[in-house]
Amino acid sequence: MSAGLPVDVPAGHLLAQQAIDQVEATEGGSVFVQRLSRRHFLRVTGMAGTGLVLAMAVRGAGAAAKPAARGRAEMGSFIPNAFLRIAPDGTITLVNKGPEIGQGIKTTFPMILAEELDADWARVRIEQAPVKPEVYGGQGAGGSRSVPANWDLLRRAGATGRAMLVAAAAQRWKVPVAECTTGPSVVLHAASGRKLGFGALAVAAAKLPVPAPETLVFKTRAEYRILGKPKGGVDNRLVVTGAPLFGIDQVLPGLLHAVYVKCPVYMGTATSANLDEVKRLPGVRDAFITNGNPVGDAPPAVVIVAESTWAAFSARRALKVEWNEGRGALDDWERFRARAQELGRQAAGEQSLVQSGDVVAAERAGAQTISAYYELPFASHAPLEPQNTTAWMRDDGVEIWSPSQMADVGRATVAKMLGLPVEKVIVHQTRVGGGFGRRLMNDYMAEAVVVAQRVQGPVKVLWTREDDLAHDYYRVGAFHALRGTLDAQGRLMAWQDHFISFSADGQKAVSGGDLPVDELPIPLLPNVRVTQTLLPLVTRCGPWRAPRSNTIAFAVQGFLQELAAAAQRDYRDFLLGIMGEPRWLVPGNQRSLNTGRAAAVIRLAAEKGGWGRAMPPGRGLGLAFHFSHAGHFAEVAEVSVSASKQLTVHRVTVAADIGPVLNPSGALHQIQGSVIDGLSTMAALEITLAAGHVTQRNFGDYPPLRMPNAPLVDVHFIEPDYPPTGTGEPALPPLAPAVAHAIFAATGDRVRTLPLTRSGYRLASPTAAGDREA
Amino acid sequence: MLRLQVNGVERQVNEDIAADTPLLWVLREHLGLLGPKFGCGAGYCGACTVHLDGLPVRSCSVRAEAAVGKKVTTIEGLAKSDGTLHPLQQAWIDHDVPQCGYCQAGQIMSAAALLAQTPKPTDAEIDSAMAGNLCRCGTYVRIRAAIHDAAGRVAGKAGK
Repeated sequence: MSAGLPVDVPAGHLLAQQAIDQVEATEGGSVFVQRLSRRHFLRVTGMAGTGLVLAMAVRGAGAAAKPAARGRAEMGSFIPNAFLRIAPDGTITLVNKGPEIGQGIKTTFPMILAEELDADWARVRIEQAPVKPEVYGGQGAGGSRSVPANWDLLRRAGATGRAMLVAAAAQRWKVPVAECTTGPSVVLHAASGRKLGFGALAVAAAKLPVPAPETLVFKTRAEYRILGKPKGGVDNRLVVTGAPLFGIDQVLPGLLHAVYVKCPVYMGTATSANLDEVKRLPGVRDAFITNGNPVGDAPPAVVIVAESTWAAFSARRALKVEWNEGRGALDDWERFRARAQELGRQAAGEQSLVQSGDVVAAERAGAQTISAYYELPFASHAPLEPQNTTAWMRDDGVEIWSPSQMADVGRATVAKMLGLPVEKVIVHQTRVGGGFGRRLMNDYMAEAVVVAQRVQGPVKVLWTREDDLAHDYYRVGAFHALRGTLDAQGRLMAWQDHFISFSADGQKAVSGGDLPVDELPIPLLPNVRVTQTLLPLVTRCGPWRAPRSNTIAFAVQGFLQELAAAAQRDYRDFLLGIMGEPRWLVPGNQRSLNTGRAAAVIRLAAEKGGWGRAMPPGRGLGLAFHFSHAGHFAEVAEVSVSASKQLTVHRVTVAADIGPVLNPSGALHQIQGSVIDGLSTMAALEITLAAGHVTQRNFGDYPPLRMPNAPLVDVHFIEPDYPPTGTGEPALPPLAPAVAHAIFAATGDRVRTLPLTRSGYRLASPTAAGDREA
Repeated sequence: MLRLQVNGVERQVNEDIAADTPLLWVLREHLGLLGPKFGCGAGYCGACTVHLDGLPVRSCSVRAEAAVGKKVTTIEGLAKSDGTLHPLQQAWIDHDVPQCGYCQAGQIMSAAALLAQTPKPTDAEIDSAMAGNLCRCGTYVRIRAAIHDAAGRVAGKAGK
């Protein structure tokens, strides 16, 4: 079915694939560094070692990586690199390079800088960096990569500043550097009892050579004063007082407001519209049909430009458009489901992904073989701040304010759209009202640029919630037809998965719709056959919190739970059996799964979640494990189910191994949020396409979880001494299979289709069950 | 022309605005109060919550005209004029409640209306008062803790 002729692949699919590729390429460096030309590459990596803005100081000299580069002073401040500024009055400014999307990076990155600088956290100022990847390296946030990709860079930046301050103090006191230590924002000489604040050393430090990276000594974990201690978000006060931080809050003199009305079907075009009528409406300045711009995936649309948001929204209600819906009108969820079910009866799909051992022989030799079919729907990101961007075209370039998760790529895309050098595109990173992967895409930025090209002065494009649900890059739906074979001892011998996914080009799966060949349990078993069949799809898809893992974990863990039950084995023991001896799955790669770390979180979650204890009727425990984004996570869910299928999730116990936890408050936040996001999505969220139209319109029929239904979330960390990894995503995938497992334990009902509303379940409040007062 | 009493100050909207203009857009685009947020435009998410005479309303779904003659309070008017935060705002900071923060002004306004009516709410009362405010980041656990904490502080003060 997938083997069609090559077709025009809409730009959205290509950009979404690029986004996920870029995010995943962010290994030990930055997306942008890897894509820079060789000349740039040398320059930026060289600088990354010594401190980035050194490059600015020596720019023109043509040798940015020169080891003897001097520190930089500006207005008397010590500026060892782009991330630090120390003023003679002692004010320390730390520059945050990443977008704050709710993941807490504007707190965590400066914590890393402050730790190695040994700054007094209570007195630092935090500043948001301009979007300039040529200075800062990649400035996107995705794939839970922010921390691992910037850990060394930021530690070096901080430690460079500290080393230069210490050297300045040693010089002044005429003592060996080795006799000097630092305390919060001071250099100390213990032997003589002398000390000097960083501010007093700023001018002298700025004149010193920048130390070579290999001479820097990082603190040990035991020496940390800041990392590992919970720190509140640095902008919390601004948030709770309603300060204008977000993209939607940007105001400029003479700002106009636009709506960008797209065809309900992706890539449909407007053939005509009552533009003259709309233009006569109050407050409307202009109305026009545009073909959009495929470079940035701004789809064809009708645009209304008005003096206020309400004038634009009101005019939109009077807008009548004739659409040519195009091929996207063939996308239909019920048709997809029916076709997938049919295909799922075939043991193998069209493309082979993994073939190892002999599954047929294993089935013959095994004690039993069971099969099951799992189905997950499309889902939307629905971040609470609707998509928006403000753009201002001027003769000499364009200026943009955008709540993007990957504004560096957005800037490059806009430059390409306009045929401008990238320096002519100024992008201001605003705070972002929720990301979840949606804002790795910059389509709303591209739309604003399309509109700004027609408008004198600044213009803000703002989507409605209905726009957002209808024009997402969706989490793609997934189907797994699974078979597993057990030996006489109840051990798993063979694994088969006919994975049914979607493709825009007939060749490869859409963004987030592929099945990696190293997914558990594939690499741990002797006999495996994994195949896939791809259904054609026009509707655009993209990375959604824990891409792929957010569907794979439900099917894989669910079926492993079924196999354990068939073998009459406890699931904890069954999982530990699959893990086997402690080892790295990819030897030497500390971002790969480690079966020992996996076993440790499985044991810990089981212990803390009370796994194995007797439950009253209608109440049950479920356990699941998933490894993604270099994080090992196991979760135990405790639920009860009433006769009318009211489902109460009382408590979720999480055991997490992300290495050392940098900001415990932030990490806990991400895990609590991921658990709630996972429950929200499995419970009631689905995007269904009917003839290419998204059926769901607003939070009434796409209802994220609300406060009464939020479970207690109990989190336990294991913190081995590996490099820290990210935590925005990996807690989400195990939630759904843990809850489904608990439903089975409580009721005997095996849920294989999501959301749970499809099986008649409705979430109930743990408050009513008396959990909270306890 | 529209006259509104917002955060204790008489404000005047001079521009011609349509009679059906929601309070939210008057606050944001005519009075420069950007704390109330647009999230759904239909009263589902609560990001736009403000008080009308002390009661929480979804300002996206209330006409500005309907606020004439009433006291409008937004998140910007919750702290004292000397900058002392409302106990809820302080508790939000102490519990590090915000993630992305977009919903939090609305959350705090709903919680403030709750505490004004019910100084020591039970969990069930918190559920019922806060069920209209969505948080996509899932900060509910901390919102609840912060409300309890702020309620304790308010009650503690009243008891002194």
